Amino acid sequence: MEIKTTAIAGTLESSDIQIMLMAGQDGIQIDLESDVIKQFGNQIKQVITTTLQQLNIDNVKVRAVDKGALDCVIKARTIAAAQRALAQTTPAWEVL
Amino acid sequence: MAENEARLRRTMMFVPGNNPAMVKDAGIYGADSIMFDLEDAVSMAEKDAARILVYEALQTQDYGQAELVVRVNGLDTEYYHDDVKAMVKAGIDVIRLPKVESADMIQTLEEDVAAAETEFGIPVGTTHVMAAIESAKGVLNAPAIAAASDRMIGVALSAEDYTTDMKTHRYPDGAELEFARNMVLHAARAAGVAAFDTVFTNMADPDGFYRETRHIHQLGFDGKSLVNPRQIAMVNSVYEPTKDEVVKAQKVIAAIEEARIKGSGVISMNGQMVDRPVVLRAQRVMQLAEVSNLLDEEGNYLEK
Repeated sequence: MEIKTTAIAGTLESSDIQIMLMAGQDGIQIDLESDVIKQFGNQIKQVITTTLQQLNIDNVKVRAVDKGALDCVIKARTIAAAQRALAQTTPAWEVL
Repeated sequence: MAENEARLRRTMMFVPGNNPAMVKDAGIYGADSIMFDLEDAVSMAEKDAARILVYEALQTQDYGQAELVVRVNGLDTEYYHDDVKAMVKAGIDVIRLPKVESADMIQTLEEDVAAAETEFGIPVGTTHVMAAIESAKGVLNAPAIAAASDRMIGVALSAEDYTTDMKTHRYPDGAELEFARNMVLHAARAAGVAAFDTVFTNMADPDGFYRETRHIHQLGFDGKSLVNPRQIAMVNSVYEPTKDEVVKAQKVIAAIEEARIKGSGVISMNGQMVDRPVVLRAQRVMQLAEVSNLLDEEGNYLEK
């Protein structure tokens, strides 16, 4: 799936994560900012990567600002950003 | 429906659907029902994100024994169909439809819920529904609405929209809500479903909150919709039975047991017959006493 427009989902409030997706050519590239990057950085990136792969998005630049989000929140915000970036009007039921 | 009628629904706590901190923590306050809101608490631009967030939270978070409810967007909105499909797929217990004015609206919801259950391989009939009544028309049609579906678990009065529709606003004594409260309550009782009172939003007025909660408890409501977790303990304290009520209920339960052992069909206590309403009330008092931590392991009243 091709990223059509740059899109963002999530906020900078506590327990949330803000995910921005931009068109890319070189696989899934994640730039992560988090207070717990040493402890959970790999885990957060893994959740984002897995979710994007499930959505068949192979080339994308990701900018993520984490405020202590749980995995379910990371997944939810990644899906929301992807739907917006792909300009999809119906949810991807098989990925939810 | 038997399980449905017996379930305690004293507190239904509103949780804004697009707030991860509140969605994640919603289970820790001990609300009988948790209502994730996709409607008024979520801005138009975030409807998609809130729906996905609530869906994902329902897959992984542990909300204990709480009944899980979601308020979807109204039938006339573009968000309604995806809200219903997503929440049915998520396995929500109850879908709450806002601004219900007729039994037809509940029947439409029921058809959409059934279609989603079929689509996602969920046994048809699993998902329950409830109606929020928010207008004069809704109040007048409450009896038909409450009885509109076998999936129905309750009706709730929503006073902000209702008082606006009635060309009034909310007053401290609640006189403007008397008719609506009694209509909704009678509709619920006649249909064998739960009745929920409206929210009380002024957190700076605990006296007003207690006054209103005691009033709706006296009328016979199952409970109240809440906007703040601090109100949960306040409502529970109003619904907590007194020592006299518990002791009396225990005697009734003992009399039932005695009649059962004797093989007698008639239950008597102090020489008087105990009929069904007394038994039902006693069972409800004991249920409330148990969840209010008034009983020890053997069911004896605990002095405070």
